[in-house]
Amino acid sequence: MKETSIAIPSHLPKTRREASQGWAWPKLRELWEFRELLYFFAWRDIKVRYKQTVMGVLWAIIQPFLTMVIFSLFFGRLANIPSDGLPYPVFSYAALVPWTFFANALAQASNSLVVNANMIKKIYFPRLALPIATVLAGVIDFVLSFVVLLGIMLYYRLTPTINVLWLPLFLLLALVTSLGVSLWLAALNVQFRDVRYTIPFLTQIWLFMTPIAYPSSSIPERWRIVYGLNPMVGVVDGFRWALLGTNTMSANVLITSTVVALTLFISGAFYFRRMEQSFADVL
Amino acid sequence: MSDIAINVENLGKKFHIGGLQKSYYRLTDQLTDMFVAPFRRAGNLLRGQATGAAELNETIWALKNISFQVKSGEVVGLIGPNGVGKSTLLKILSGITDPTEGYADIYGRVGSLLEVGTGFHPELTGRENIYLNGAILGMKKAEIENKLDEIVAFAEVDKFLDTPVKHYSSGMYVRLAFSVAAHLEPEILLVDEVLAVGDMAFQRKCLGKMDDVAKAGRTVVFVSHNMSLLQSLCERGILLQQGSVSIDGTITEVVDAYLQTLEQAKSQDISKRTDRKGVGKVRLVSTEVSANGNASSILKTGQPARFVFGITDLVPGLACNFFIHDSIGQPITSFKSKMHGPEDSYDPQNGLKFICELDELLLLPGRYRIDVAITGDNRLQDFIEAATVFEVGDGHLGGRPIQPDGKFSVGMTHRWILPVEN
Repeated sequence: MKETSIAIPSHLPKTRREASQGWAWPKLRELWEFRELLYFFAWRDIKVRYKQTVMGVLWAIIQPFLTMVIFSLFFGRLANIPSDGLPYPVFSYAALVPWTFFANALAQASNSLVVNANMIKKIYFPRLALPIATVLAGVIDFVLSFVVLLGIMLYYRLTPTINVLWLPLFLLLALVTSLGVSLWLAALNVQFRDVRYTIPFLTQIWLFMTPIAYPSSSIPERWRIVYGLNPMVGVVDGFRWALLGTNTMSANVLITSTVVALTLFISGAFYFRRMEQSFADVL
Repeated sequence: MSDIAINVENLGKKFHIGGLQKSYYRLTDQLTDMFVAPFRRAGNLLRGQATGAAELNETIWALKNISFQVKSGEVVGLIGPNGVGKSTLLKILSGITDPTEGYADIYGRVGSLLEVGTGFHPELTGRENIYLNGAILGMKKAEIENKLDEIVAFAEVDKFLDTPVKHYSSGMYVRLAFSVAAHLEPEILLVDEVLAVGDMAFQRKCLGKMDDVAKAGRTVVFVSHNMSLLQSLCERGILLQQGSVSIDGTITEVVDAYLQTLEQAKSQDISKRTDRKGVGKVRLVSTEVSANGNASSILKTGQPARFVFGITDLVPGLACNFFIHDSIGQPITSFKSKMHGPEDSYDPQNGLKFICELDELLLLPGRYRIDVAITGDNRLQDFIEAATVFEVGDGHLGGRPIQPDGKFSVGMTHRWILPVEN
């Protein structure tokens, strides 16, 4: 049915569907057009997360709080691990707040594509929206556990230093790190469900590679930069520095952590873009 | 109105499909394989013989050399047997998956409704789901707010708007989902067979809505197995066969051609057919229709009839459903073994067979086709369209002769009470 009389409309946007080859730019403009979807996905995650639980939203606090209690008992009391001169509970909880955000983001975002497989197979929308919204939804939990942190600080009569103004930047660093790792894991998980079984190990190992139960001052000075390759080191040290005034943070470590976090994030976005066309076929 | 809406050039899509499952004879083989398989899979991946963790070593072309154009404002029916790539084509057009070769140019915003209710979250209320689903389909929040009343009124769920949709009846669920998608107002609407669900009244309403969409100058590409629906809705049809366009013409031409191919399909051995759906643990291998169990006997209106379906295996919860359609594809009646009657029985002598017996066939003379669905294990195991085609000859119904007129398909035994002639 080829007719020469058919005209190409100039007033309508043209989209071409064709095989995509190799690496391409992440579809950021499209994501921007669907920014409301990002909001709705995050909102859905928040609404649904604690449905049909007795404790409800309290879980956001219980998780890091109980971990802090256990850490205080075993690492603080029994093992007498130093805590930079601070009461051990505050010392560990200040680190557990960003850590719990990171660990939950990893666990949930890496599954976000697989869990929503049906949607991916039947509707087109920017795939990036799923892991990103899942990570963003965790910010609410973060805020709640952060309020508890302020409570604990009040209890120990600790006032934050002026450095607290830098805190949003460390939260941003935590966000970028979480997003970077999540994009990688979410895309990998579509092809290799092995990812799901690796995540508990990964988070556990990562937990011990991050100064949560112990101060980074126990790491020998010459290894600090290498240690800082783990971007969560920068995040946790930053949180303690900004809130509690510890001075284990060095600019070098922070720069290293930031560079690694950005690298993870950008490479994750590109890897995700490369794989996203096959999601609907593989899921 | 001769603007182009969709231009498809040489489109092809290749799929990786899993290799044949090995059959294990001994437990030790199975255990050994469990430990060896990861290394084999990793090896395949490294050598580039597979694309995912599943062992994918065979490929098929689901679509090949597809080219056609759709003008703006056209309503096109996409027709073809199961597994021929209709849904894959819609998925490519809507951007869900990429073609392997060729391209499709789309002019304007695309809305697709490939499955009703995807993206609905059972825990969220009707209202919340309207917003969520609207956003997934690409609507802006303000747009949804403007149309909320319309969407709700169309779906007839106003009383339950703030109830979680997990408490909705399936009818309400479908109505709401269709309503959201129908109010998307894209330039191009792609609809897969979604109207098969829902009650007749609502189906009619949806069709009316789709008609409105078309009348407003928007383009609709529509997949359905319901021939009368297609004929009432579309002007043009495209018949897909074996992954390619076999006929592109008026809807009547295409429907006729399709019904003919269904008749031809009957002559093929069922077990060798590939145009089937379902997980396939149990397959239909034979279908026989006879008057008395003797294969050569001819069916007659008002006489007994016997349908025999041979299958490959038994699984828990196995059931056989079959659907009779007339020669122009209108559905006539269905038979479901799950719906037990007091005269149903089990016969271990039969082996792998479902037998359905009728004392009195109420079908009027004509040609009919049977679609068969085998379910079991809570899943669709096998579904074959036109598993067979059969002819019903003249007969008597309740002692009354039947006069075939080709227009109606079902007769009923009845009696008249007549006025006395003077």
